[in-house]
Amino acid sequence: MEFPGLFNYWVVIFLMMVGFYALISRGNLVKKVVGLNLFQTSVIIFYVSTGKIVGGTAPILIEDDHGVAGGAAEVLYSNPLPHVLMLTAIVVGVATMAMALALVVRIKETYGTIEDDEIQEQVLADELQEGARP
Amino acid sequence: MESVVDLALLGLLAVTAFGVLRLRNLVAVVMLMGIYSFLSAALFVVLDAVDVAFTEVAVGAGVSTILALGTLALVGTRQKRHTKSPTIPLLIVLVTGGMLVYGTYDLPRWGQPDNPVHGHVAPEYLEMHVPLAGEEGEVLEVHIPNIVTTVLASYRGYDTLGETTVVFAAMVGVLTLFVGSRRPRRTRGSPADDDGEDGAS
Repeated sequence: MEFPGLFNYWVVIFLMMVGFYALISRGNLVKKVVGLNLFQTSVIIFYVSTGKIVGGTAPILIEDDHGVAGGAAEVLYSNPLPHVLMLTAIVVGVATMAMALALVVRIKETYGTIEDDEIQEQVLADELQEGARP
Repeated sequence: MESVVDLALLGLLAVTAFGVLRLRNLVAVVMLMGIYSFLSAALFVVLDAVDVAFTEVAVGAGVSTILALGTLALVGTRQKRHTKSPTIPLLIVLVTGGMLVYGTYDLPRWGQPDNPVHGHVAPEYLEMHVPLAGEEGEVLEVHIPNIVTTVLASYRGYDTLGETTVVFAAMVGVLTLFVGSRRPRRTRGSPADDDGEDGAS
């Protein structure tokens, strides 16, 4: 196998698993959102990695006086399609992050904490209180 | 050379991600996420995705950091020391990661021009030329040399419309969550009261 080979994909998997671990093992809600963000960025890096051609250049066509100097035939361009898809993913990602952080702020206002075990205790206490009422 | 820079940036990304996981000061975590965004933008430039790179810098390092810092101003900056055993999450992560690494062995090697991903519609997007009227040579069908912009705004314009719809929906959602959020916190009984009622029920 050549030197870079699959190394890009392995680092992407490492980043994705760090984000996943932060998401499932940490109780702080902001830390969970950050973990989700890491996970999402790793997917973006994966897609952009697949579009790369070693020795290629950015997919912006080189023009001369007669219009475009050849397409993919004369100049080696990297694949533009993953880039387009990931542009959409980045913007949607920040939209979901804004939504999640707004939810975190509301949870803090309601429960006074953003640690999930403390929130769970309060929810349980509330349920018991309602159950005790006739 | 490209590969060396690529590997160095990936290594820095991995270290930064680990720091994000370990630190408990949330302001430091948000700052590290900003660094992470800049590193990934540098990686995108090396991977020829210049449009993705500047979007990541503007949106990932800029807007996200501001949103996260604004949230931290409202919710506090300390993360509680976690007491739960890390065994089960670690096991899940290792098994998932192991399966994904096993899956990569079926992927084509990185950066090769004959990978299947380069063979479908991508060459057509690069070759969308129409003959220049009355002269030698050709011009682009959509008169923009940047193919990413061409595909985003023209060939896949409906995707971008959908993306804008998602951003609008998120904005409406955030505003809806914040409307009336200045209500006083709900009152609750003290823990001792809860215990007493627990015994009664």
